[in-house]
Amino acid sequence: MPHVIKMKRVTKTYRMGDMSVQALRGIDLEVERGEFLAIMGPSGSGKSTLMNLLGCLDKPTSGEYFLDDVNVSGLSKNEYAGIRNEKIGFVFQTYNLLPRTSALENVELPLFYDRTGRIKNPKQAAVEALARVGLGDRLHHEPSQLSGGEQQRVAIARALVNQPAIVLADEPTGNLDTRVSIDVMSVFQELNQEGITVVLVTHEPDIAVYTNRIVKIRDGIIRQSTAVLKPGNAKKDLEAYRDPVEDELEKAGQ
Amino acid sequence: MMLLKNLLKAAVRSILRNRLRSLLTALGIIIGVSAVIIMVAIGQGSEAQIEQQISALGTNVIIVFPGASRMHGVSRGAGTKNRLTVNNVKELKKECTLISAISPVVRAGAQVIGGGNNWNTSIEGVSTDYFTIRNWTCKYGRLFSDKDIRANKKVALLGNTVAQELFPGENPTGERIRIRNVPFTVIGVLQVKGQNAFGRDQDDVILAPYTTVLHRLKGGRYINMMIASSVSMDQIDAAQQQMTAVLREAHRLAPGEPDDFRIRNQAEITQAASQTSRVMTLLLGAVAGVSLIVGGIGIMNIMLVSVTERTREIGIRLSVGARSSDVLIQFLAEAVVLSLIGGTIGILLSFSVAFLMNQFTDLYTLINPGIVVLAVLFSGAVGVFFGYFPARKAANLNPIDALRYE
Repeated sequence: MPHVIKMKRVTKTYRMGDMSVQALRGIDLEVERGEFLAIMGPSGSGKSTLMNLLGCLDKPTSGEYFLDDVNVSGLSKNEYAGIRNEKIGFVFQTYNLLPRTSALENVELPLFYDRTGRIKNPKQAAVEALARVGLGDRLHHEPSQLSGGEQQRVAIARALVNQPAIVLADEPTGNLDTRVSIDVMSVFQELNQEGITVVLVTHEPDIAVYTNRIVKIRDGIIRQSTAVLKPGNAKKDLEAYRDPVEDELEKAGQ
Repeated sequence: MMLLKNLLKAAVRSILRNRLRSLLTALGIIIGVSAVIIMVAIGQGSEAQIEQQISALGTNVIIVFPGASRMHGVSRGAGTKNRLTVNNVKELKKECTLISAISPVVRAGAQVIGGGNNWNTSIEGVSTDYFTIRNWTCKYGRLFSDKDIRANKKVALLGNTVAQELFPGENPTGERIRIRNVPFTVIGVLQVKGQNAFGRDQDDVILAPYTTVLHRLKGGRYINMMIASSVSMDQIDAAQQQMTAVLREAHRLAPGEPDDFRIRNQAEITQAASQTSRVMTLLLGAVAGVSLIVGGIGIMNIMLVSVTERTREIGIRLSVGARSSDVLIQFLAEAVVLSLIGGTIGILLSFSVAFLMNQFTDLYTLINPGIVVLAVLFSGAVGVFFGYFPARKAANLNPIDALRYE
């Protein structure tokens, strides 16, 4: 089975005036098609930098990066934009939706810049993507009219709409409470079961348990890669979930 | 192509999404464009009005006045040396190929009695060419003919003002009037001409055959002036030169001797009169131009704020695969669309203001299509120019930096 992602000795050095900070110091990473991977690590470990490189939002200082069997390390700025548009769906911690713009239009956004013409009916594709994340009835709501969990679902739909080779999520649950986090993870799990490759960054072990493999990174180097033997089932956990505050209130009421 | 359409759509959407901001941005253009158009329209309107008044003088008019006499080196002023005669007029008519009509003007001021009233006015003796030169027709009755002139007929054409003073509310054709105790028959009333460029009432006049005025009222052989018409506006200077040459010969002036007459053409008079209004147009235009520049700076401010405020949006667009050029084009499209909307509203506004001014005020406005185009192009250029640099800055950002921007 071919690898969706193959990184070889990738480094990233940030320069700030005379100072240079080496954020990544030789990353070797392979992700297979259909995997659900969590990248974990403390703050400053370089996990977000790695994510930005994976998402072609930034270029590595050295090393090679194959995405979907294409060596992207040597591509131009415009080709990078093309790769982002065709092969990658990115989900951010802060959702990054366009304000005062309906969910539908937000999801349609990547198709705006599609130069390949693979998606014939952008609007229909956007409606389908929203239906897939369970927001079929929220098409015309604007971000300010949606809850945090719903906004993140819109962001996930946007990441899906261009039929990417891989969905990348940078701390997608970082701004959400526990229940909604599990809810969002159930969406990712569902997508992964449909065959979509997902890589997410998190620092919460509770979230990482819903993935298939955990990669731990520290000081710009991958320290550990372990398969999750018994991944959690987000959907079941969500049903069983009880809000601790509600519990307290119920107890007090009795 | 599809992409370009999408970018335009995105631009329009973003304008509609931020109505207030869009309106404020466009306001600078609206005010600038309409100010320039209206100001220049006022200036050009008054210029046109003055030109119209001057052309009421007649078509391609050349006027010959008597010259100043000099005695032992002391000039005695205009009209003191009058050697213009009716014969000169006839010679000019025969010799000058470039003039189409010429008439003597013999002027006599007199108290006129008629219809039980009296009125002091000026009586001008002219030939039939005078009507052609001044495009003057009559309201009532008829004009006099060459036959009347040859026969020294005591017929008079009343200017509208004179007719109103002597015979208020009546058609005086056929009535008798007395000028310096000489009885005249009124054969008609002239069409209203109104004030001339210098504010004189052109209707306060009586026209009569020059022969009659010369023999019955004034005496002597000299005429007050000549008025002529060149064959075309282009030939007016050549015609003037021709007349000068013929007159000099008629007056037997040796080469080097100064002219004993003065000759002026309409182009010179028009020029002198419209000079003032042109300066005014320029002044008004300059003031309005300043307001357009101020409007442009307003656009720049809002564009800068808007681009900065939307750095995150730019980051989002870049992260989902927009190229820098896509972002740039979108912002430029926004600026152009805004400028066009603002320009259109500005034009409509200025047209309606100009219309209202023409209807309800004494100011006459004339909208110059060139200025309309210029104002719109300029405001559009300002919008694009000031939109371009901030947009380019943002479009060239790294997507991550743009997304992190707070």
